[in-house]
Amino acid sequence: MDRVWELRSEFAEGLWATLWLAGAGLVIGGLLGLIIGTGLYVSRQRGIVPSRPVSVVLNVLVNFMRPIPFILLAIALQPISRYFGISGIGNGHALVAIVFASAFGISRIVEQNLVAVDPGVLEAARAMGASRWRVIWSVLLPEALGPLILGFTYALVAIVDMTAIVGVVGADSLGKVALTYGLKQFDWTVTAVAILLVILIVQIGQFAGNAAARKVMRR
Amino acid sequence: MSLIELKGVSKTFPPTRKGGEPVHAVRDVDLSIESGEIVGIVGYSGAGKSTLVRLVNALEPTTSGSLLVDGTDLTTLRERQLQKVRLDIGMIFQQFNLLGSRTVWGNVAYPLEVAKVPKAEQQQRISDLLHFVGLADKAHAWPEELSGGQKQRVGIARALATSPKILLADEATSALDPETTVDVLRLLKKVNAELGITIVVITHEMEVVKSIADRVVVMEEGRVVEHGDVFDIFSRPAHPATQRFVATLVDDVPDAAALEALRRRHPGRLVTLSFLDESVSQSAVFAELIRRGIEFELVFGGIEDVRGRTFGHLTVELRGDASAVDEAIAAVGALVETREVA
Repeated sequence: MDRVWELRSEFAEGLWATLWLAGAGLVIGGLLGLIIGTGLYVSRQRGIVPSRPVSVVLNVLVNFMRPIPFILLAIALQPISRYFGISGIGNGHALVAIVFASAFGISRIVEQNLVAVDPGVLEAARAMGASRWRVIWSVLLPEALGPLILGFTYALVAIVDMTAIVGVVGADSLGKVALTYGLKQFDWTVTAVAILLVILIVQIGQFAGNAAARKVMRR
Repeated sequence: MSLIELKGVSKTFPPTRKGGEPVHAVRDVDLSIESGEIVGIVGYSGAGKSTLVRLVNALEPTTSGSLLVDGTDLTTLRERQLQKVRLDIGMIFQQFNLLGSRTVWGNVAYPLEVAKVPKAEQQQRISDLLHFVGLADKAHAWPEELSGGQKQRVGIARALATSPKILLADEATSALDPETTVDVLRLLKKVNAELGITIVVITHEMEVVKSIADRVVVMEEGRVVEHGDVFDIFSRPAHPATQRFVATLVDDVPDAAALEALRRRHPGRLVTLSFLDESVSQSAVFAELIRRGIEFELVFGGIEDVRGRTFGHLTVELRGDASAVDEAIAAVGALVETREVA
């Protein structure tokens, strides 16, 4: 435990990096995932804006990206970060990788939740003169809000998982603390403390997500 | 000019799977609906009535034919223009389709937001509408806190928000219990009488048609097979489909099983008298039988009231001298429609 105390500033830095990487990853990746997922849903056959080409392109893209193991994706995306002037090592690139992976992952969660919205309600909105675009933002997304919040909460756990993995591309997250001072120095206690901190973050996130969903769904 | 006018309207859906058959949901329908009337469209499920009504507010584009609403041919309009037309056509649904993400108030506000009505005006309008449908005390309730009848009232208030000329009711009472159905139909009548709104009611329940429609349109396999005044349809249904529908409500003529049972108890001649025209009174017919010394007994039948006009079918057993009965049947036949049964 003395060792953990010695490493307190490293832990603090790791905790902070994990929090902001996960937070920024959830917000930016979530927003992109929401856009892609909504696109997947509305472009379906008999959807709000049916379009076979859009549907096929989005589905192929999502299906291409999603199976890539995140640790490989984090490495494979380095040239792309560099192209945009971001170092391939460090927090900047880590965020790029997290946003990329979470956007495609979340898009499927979004699509699933939108499919569950009663089509009759969408039809009612159209019958009231709403444009397709208005139906999407003023009916479709609000109607699915509760399940979407639960879906995003689920995604948060996966994103926190990613923040640990990006330790291999030099992000200062708790994952890096565990790798550098736990794994490589054979210090099991350091690893365990890092894990506990990650669990704590996930618990708080899940709790907040459940509370928000309950409030929105009124049950 | 009619408020709604369909000429040769057809709607064909593409096959649902590759190599499948296209679905002809509506076939070559001609129909005029006048301003201020309540029209009932009846048919079994799959008859095309739901599709037909969705052509009227252009939720589905018409495949061929012309469809005029208030003088505008909807088949020539773009989506943006159709959105304006839809503000003039309210719609209510079997499953109510209230927005679960909004309160009662928010649901009624929705079409007003779409129509870009100023906030202050919205408040007044929503309050008026909720009073009109009798739900002022539920303004801040959530849809799931309401009963079916209350939900449909919200649906009606919402459909009326933009002061439409037309209200389309798609099986609006089919998910309600009989008592609530009566309440909702009463409200629809009030909408028609007080606001002068033309109502198109789609239903498979003849009760609904009988209680509120002025005119009936019967559909089968995408076609209009019969239409006419509600009294005429009920008293003289011509098409087999219409007859089946009317029989669900009017069972004044004994069917084969009932007849067999009657026969066992009544050895005399059984004749069904159909009073389809109010100018013939029953007393005139009975007086004729009495005058001829024919013994008679009422064995089956009923009198129906359709929107204040009555018609009925009465089956009587006639006893007496064979030739006298023959003559009596002929004499009565001159007054009313008679049909000797079995």
